[in-house]
Amino acid sequence: MGRHWRHLRYVMGENPITLFAFSLFFGLVLVAIFGPGLAPYDPLASDAANTLKPPSGAHLFGTDDLGRDVFSRVVVSTRLDLAISVAAVSLSFAFGSLAGGCAGYFGGAVDRMVGRFVDTIMAFPLFVLAMGIVSALGNTVENIVYATAIINFPFYARVARAEASARRGAGYIEAARLSGNGHGRILLFHLGPNILPPMMVQISLNMGYAILNAAGLSFIGLGVRPPAAEWGIMVAEGAKFIVSGEWWLAIFPGAALMLAVLCFNLLGDGLRDLFDPRTRT
Amino acid sequence: MTRRSFLKLGAGAAAGAGVLPFLRHLPAEAAVPKDTLVVLISDVPNSMDIHRPGTNRPGYQSAINFYDRLLTYGRKTLPDGSLSYDYRKVEPELAESWQAAPDGSSITFKLRKDAKFHDGSPVTAHDVKWSFDRAVSVGGFPTIQMKAGAMEKPAQFAAVDDHTFRVNVVRKSKLMLPDLAVPVAVVVNSKLAKKHATAKDPWALEYLHKNSAGGGPYKLERWDPGRQAVYARFDGWKSGPLPAIKRAIIREVPNEATRRALIVRGDADLSFDIAPKDAKELLADPKLKVVGTPIENCIHVLCLNLKFKPFDDVRVRQAVAYAVPYEQIFKVAAYERGVKLWGAKSADPKTIEWPQPFPYETDLDRAKALLKAAGLPNGFESTLSFNLGLAYWSEPAALLLQEGLGKVGIRLKIDKIPGANWRTKALIEKALPVHLENFGGWLNYPEYYYFWCYQSGRLFNSSSYNNPEVNRLVDETLDAEVGSPGYEEKIKKFLQIGMREVPRIPLYQPYLEVAMQKNVEGYEFWFHRQLVVKKLKKA
Amino acid sequence: MRSGTLTLIGRRLLQAAPAVMGIIVVTFVLTRALPGDPAVFFAGPTADAQSIAQIRKSLGLDKSWPEQFWIYLRDLARGDLGKAVSTGQPVLHELATRLPASLELTLLGLLFAAAAAIPLGVLAATRPGSWVDHLCRLLVTAGVSLPTFFTGLFLVYIFYFLLGAAPAPLGRLHIALVEPARVTGFFLIDSLLARDFEVFRSALAQLALPASTLGIFALAPLARMTRAAMLGVLSSDFIRTARAGGLTSWTVLWVYAFRNAMLPVLTTLGMVFSFLLGANVLVEKVFAWPGIGSFALEALVASDYAAVQGFVLAMALMYVALNLVIDVLYTLIDPRVGVEG
Repeated sequence: MGRHWRHLRYVMGENPITLFAFSLFFGLVLVAIFGPGLAPYDPLASDAANTLKPPSGAHLFGTDDLGRDVFSRVVVSTRLDLAISVAAVSLSFAFGSLAGGCAGYFGGAVDRMVGRFVDTIMAFPLFVLAMGIVSALGNTVENIVYATAIINFPFYARVARAEASARRGAGYIEAARLSGNGHGRILLFHLGPNILPPMMVQISLNMGYAILNAAGLSFIGLGVRPPAAEWGIMVAEGAKFIVSGEWWLAIFPGAALMLAVLCFNLLGDGLRDLFDPRTRT
Repeated sequence: MTRRSFLKLGAGAAAGAGVLPFLRHLPAEAAVPKDTLVVLISDVPNSMDIHRPGTNRPGYQSAINFYDRLLTYGRKTLPDGSLSYDYRKVEPELAESWQAAPDGSSITFKLRKDAKFHDGSPVTAHDVKWSFDRAVSVGGFPTIQMKAGAMEKPAQFAAVDDHTFRVNVVRKSKLMLPDLAVPVAVVVNSKLAKKHATAKDPWALEYLHKNSAGGGPYKLERWDPGRQAVYARFDGWKSGPLPAIKRAIIREVPNEATRRALIVRGDADLSFDIAPKDAKELLADPKLKVVGTPIENCIHVLCLNLKFKPFDDVRVRQAVAYAVPYEQIFKVAAYERGVKLWGAKSADPKTIEWPQPFPYETDLDRAKALLKAAGLPNGFESTLSFNLGLAYWSEPAALLLQEGLGKVGIRLKIDKIPGANWRTKALIEKALPVHLENFGGWLNYPEYYYFWCYQSGRLFNSSSYNNPEVNRLVDETLDAEVGSPGYEEKIKKFLQIGMREVPRIPLYQPYLEVAMQKNVEGYEFWFHRQLVVKKLKKA
Repeated sequence: MRSGTLTLIGRRLLQAAPAVMGIIVVTFVLTRALPGDPAVFFAGPTADAQSIAQIRKSLGLDKSWPEQFWIYLRDLARGDLGKAVSTGQPVLHELATRLPASLELTLLGLLFAAAAAIPLGVLAATRPGSWVDHLCRLLVTAGVSLPTFFTGLFLVYIFYFLLGAAPAPLGRLHIALVEPARVTGFFLIDSLLARDFEVFRSALAQLALPASTLGIFALAPLARMTRAAMLGVLSSDFIRTARAGGLTSWTVLWVYAFRNAMLPVLTTLGMVFSFLLGANVLVEKVFAWPGIGSFALEALVASDYAAVQGFVLAMALMYVALNLVIDVLYTLIDPRVGVEG
């Protein structure tokens, strides 16, 4: 454990960007937890007398077309956005690594079946598939999560399959088998922990992608329902106001969204360095 | 080569790629000539045939610009100086004159003799007969619209000779003549169409879908579905003064921010049907002209569906009408571009003007008292739905309603419904307890609005409202002449009932907004909410 | 070698068949699960029950699902993708006219991304861990962190609305110009073939903003892969030998190192291409681009079954074809791979 810690410190010291990403990540998590407490206004309360006001001391990020405080909405959205991406990513991680792990470990017919299934999803234009799923099931937060999970599934399945198939002949797996462990135990306790690191990288990259995906759905009107505050829908709605000069409606949620996605992407790189010292120099 | 020079090269390549967006729009670019008009709309026509099932609203443009009708409407100047069609004045187009039989059993139309179709063949009464037969036979929208004017079956239409056409009356109605001037009643070149008709497709739906076979002021030059439609002037048009615009390019730009940027930067001559916010702000732009006209017979309404409890209780509906934050909605959703329809002093309508203000205003105490009287002192929960395609006004209105009604304990969940699903859910199944709606009637009579929206079982009666007295009064007034005995009293009566029972709570009457460059002249508002190109010119 | 490549193609096509079949089934079910009732939608604003029934029949929607599916398969076998009800055109025709627009945009976006990302990646690899490396990484990651529609609208605002440097975001050509005679459907190529340089300039100017929007989104994977591949190659023995042999850095970098790093970069390019083709949907909407993406979007909103099915099938076939091309290119670049794999 101490060795890992030292390695972590080393990577952080070597790479200021990764350090930046990690701090940003903790910042986001804090905002997500304490969000509603940090917001100066009720994010849902409209104020017809104060619509479309530019940023000022009273409203740090200005107000929107209903007079709602943009700062409060940006802060409060953090929780929902992180929740959507965490939920979507956990789902696709769980099912993807299970399917991919089995495919790689057992090989043969299982492998072929999973492989064809993954190929089918991959051959879809992914965003259009997400659109189709959400419009078929209805635009609720859960359905956005399912759609995002489905289109991310193949990535996990592929990584897990590659890792599992590379390791299935390894000595420690052989040893576990010989000492009488069942397939389930081997997959879960022996293979699982060893294919986790490369999966972590994928998770981090997908978190960002999940947020972007939800934002794209919002842009075509299939995002979360109003009046809930969510970065993507705020950017999508705010984009209409850029040309008329009310830039703050889109820029601030856009910046928050970009920071979060950037954070997850950089984190993915950082994790790769952490788990796989070979790619470092 | 050293590493340094390589790095320079790499940086140069990156910079070069970065310059791509800066490519100057070259001055050699051809300018748009004076007699060409560039129009922006959010959807382009999906068909050139108004009779075809599935033709969208922008598709009505083809009927308006490529075809003539027997009749048309006059023009009037509105109080603000803008121009509008005049629904009180029915004027000749292809028909030079018309005469009702003394016993009222038929109307005979004399056609003008100089009228030609785009292919040069003369317009005859046989073409009119074929076109009307088609409209009442293909089913769907055209058939229903013809029926509104008491034209129901081919046997009613007769070509007496080449230039005399007769409509036999089966049901005398004041709506027949006005209905002959709506977009559906087009006169098609039947010889050309029949050439392309097949046994499976006797009405040439395939051919007319993609081609214009009319005699109107414009013909179709090219059509790229989903992108643009280009109209070219028909120089042989005789039904009115030759239009000034030789070529009209109708471009689809789905993004409203882009539409606004284009008109502000002068890359388009006219932007049709813009959002109220843009209209309000562009009015301040000295380079542009904005014309907003209250849309006749159209209201943005909050509908309460009587099928769902507790909206079957009139006190609950009235409570909602007292809880609506009218002023805020007018300011935030309509940007004050509309006509206020609340705050009438009396519950008895004094005139038959329509739409007119309802006797409600935001009064939370009365709303609470009514809810209490209805046995719901703590309010209730329901779902407020709106059509995603109308989000520009529905969404802010819905959010304000959610907040405003929440103040009296009515807790609403908001549900956006995609356009494809809206019709099924709201109009066919009538399955939405609370929703926002924007019906507008083509024929400008209160009884016509009531026919569609208040009579039981009608498509747009999405409130499932059923009042035998209203049903009867609408039946009695629909075909009756304006000013006939009892007409006004009956109208006032059903208006009063509608105001008291409020299955539909009006929010405001919307505007049709058009932004154009200063040099564009002659824009006219029409009830069909489409652009009539023939009257426009660029100074 | 030649027959090996052919075997490879054959095997890959055979492997792709189940995926394509899966796509056909899933899309069919998904479109039927869309909430709208197309018969009601297309019956128009004042339709009654009778005219809705009439339209349902004419669309063939009164039949059971298996029956509809069978009819769909039968038409498909004849190469008939059905008719897009919302535009009234055959789906095949729509796709054929719109595909070049999407491909031209995507390819140019990819070109832009490669032109910027590969030098950046190589630059980062030559001095790993330095501030240049970190800056490159931050830059390209920032590009992939913004929703494409936002980048697009933002570029339009700056370069068209404020600066007037870019043309109006109105499709593929300036309004006053006429499309070049259709040979490939790519305006850039067709206009050059027709020697119409005004059209060429206009087409290029129209492409600049949407292609940059797509390109910015594609920087990260390309730059990242270039950097990683270059790092791997640069630390290998033969590069050390080449350096020791006195070859210039330039020769070492491009002739020896980059050529060997090309393989993974090429794979990434292929992946990014198919990803961009899907990401097109939103960019096309922002720029009123007459491609297949905007077509699919409208079809989905209108529950236009045939159009959605046709679009998804076309995209899936393209995906299969693209992967095949990459596999074949692989064997050409590096004869060690592929034939048996």
